Amino acid sequence: MLQLQDIAITFNENTPDEKRALRSIDLELQKGEFVTVIGSNGAGKSTMMNVISGNMEPDVGSIIVNDKEVVNLPEYKRSHFIGRVFQDPMAGTAPAMTIEENLAMAFTRNKKRKLKPGVTKKRRELFKEYLATLNLGLENRLTAKVGLLSGGERQALSLLMATFTEPDILLLDEHTAALDPSRAQLIIDITRDVVSKFDLTTLMVTHNMQQALDLGDRLLMMDKGEVILDIPKDEKDKLTIEDLMQEFQKKQGSDFESDRAILG
Amino acid sequence: MIISLFGAIESGLIYAIMALGVYLSFRILDFPDLTVDGSFVTGAAVAAMLIVNGTSPVIASLMAALAGFVAGCLTGVLHTKGKINPLLAGIIMMTALYSINLRILGQPTLSMLNETTLFQQIESLWAATGIDAFFNGILTSMGLDQTPSTWIIVFSMILVTLIIKLLTDYFLKTDVGLALRATGNNQKMIRSFSANTDTLIVAGIGLSNALVALSGGLVAQLGGFADVNMGIGMIIIGLASVIIGESIFGVKSIARATLAVIGGAIIYRIFVTMALRADFLETGDMKLITAILVVAALITPKIIQARNEQKRRAQKKAELLQQKAREV
Repeated sequence: MLQLQDIAITFNENTPDEKRALRSIDLELQKGEFVTVIGSNGAGKSTMMNVISGNMEPDVGSIIVNDKEVVNLPEYKRSHFIGRVFQDPMAGTAPAMTIEENLAMAFTRNKKRKLKPGVTKKRRELFKEYLATLNLGLENRLTAKVGLLSGGERQALSLLMATFTEPDILLLDEHTAALDPSRAQLIIDITRDVVSKFDLTTLMVTHNMQQALDLGDRLLMMDKGEVILDIPKDEKDKLTIEDLMQEFQKKQGSDFESDRAILG
Repeated sequence: MIISLFGAIESGLIYAIMALGVYLSFRILDFPDLTVDGSFVTGAAVAAMLIVNGTSPVIASLMAALAGFVAGCLTGVLHTKGKINPLLAGIIMMTALYSINLRILGQPTLSMLNETTLFQQIESLWAATGIDAFFNGILTSMGLDQTPSTWIIVFSMILVTLIIKLLTDYFLKTDVGLALRATGNNQKMIRSFSANTDTLIVAGIGLSNALVALSGGLVAQLGGFADVNMGIGMIIIGLASVIIGESIFGVKSIARATLAVIGGAIIYRIFVTMALRADFLETGDMKLITAILVVAALITPKIIQARNEQKRRAQKKAELLQQKAREV
């Protein structure tokens, strides 16, 4: 479903600030696979997400979605079939617009937008149904401005908006990092539900090792722009956080540096 | 007095179309577009030039809107493709348009005194109906001795402005309109939902300036001339209308906001007319009055809010003290 071949990107090349953010990433995701990605700050996780979504252009390499080369497609074209939830709950919705208007925009992501009303009766019923699955009571607040929602509610809405059109690829970029633990758990539960419901091919970046172990059926560890560990489902289920730390030490000869990764 | 008020409403309705354009760029797209000062004149110039050359006033007005659309699109392209700051892109376009407008006009001022404008056409159709006499009869019986020469301009402009308002309301609720609003609200978000924000900005600024230029074309026809300097300060007048309207009528929904903008444009005109009746003010002071008006409209709501907040806190404090006193 998703293939990255030889993806490399270097920031500020030939300057003292030169940073090789990604060095030759090769990765293949099968349809319906749910992959979690961990790694310390600056490991290249977010850069990889940005490269897949089209927000950044890699120096070399190719990205293949559904047997089609997409590396030259701009972000807005790739988002026809790539859904995305950002870390910042403010980023995934339009705050000055209503819940139903936001959903209408998400609904038309894989259609041609025309000069026809965005919120119709039929669509509104559909939105209500989808919102009800979140169990947040948002289905009764269709005409409320999204800016009035709490961070958790907004992130739940973003998640719904990113998924209910069943995109080929779903990218989750630390989408619980800005929430308090109970809200984060809620979002994780919703994530698990929607990913299995729509059988979405998912790549989820997280700082939280426990999350990475609990969710999904494959785990990647990244460091210094490379994938250093690729753990399949059966092995991953037996793994503990301590095992992961040790693996990291063995591979890189240094301690896994981020405290946040353990505590978060 | 009554006559000048009537005139203020008349031109307020025409300027309301320009204000709706400013609302589109300034509020919907969050793009402070200064092209307006130039495109307003472009509309006036195109309409005047075409009418003087024998084109029908209706077509001339539509061509004025089209010219404004092109100018606005160019500003949009400068910003999106050329990565020029919105304010700067607008100023560049405004400056360039000055020369272009002069070329279109062929001279600094083009008079249409001997031509038939849109309003004269409507008036001549209207005169036969005798409705003017009827309304003026009402005014006279109310004890007013001065009566407006015709009512049709107000009526027809109410109709035109209302149609444009309703079309705008409808458009902003369509799928394309929603994407346009999201572009002004959260570009990152709408790009992740497959909207080409560059195209939307270009089209949005184009539409905005089409309205501005249409308004310019109509103002020229009402006044009977187009002048290369008639657009100076137009963006501030547009902003004044938007801000005054919003603070008086509120912005609960799109329909309410566009109505507020129209109301704001008319109130602005009335205000300026009243101000100019004061003996110590001259016509040239109008821009200064406008600037002060905008500042007042921007600051007053904040001062009122701050004062209310202070009052609320003082009240809370007093209550708390009372409570404590009772406990002791």
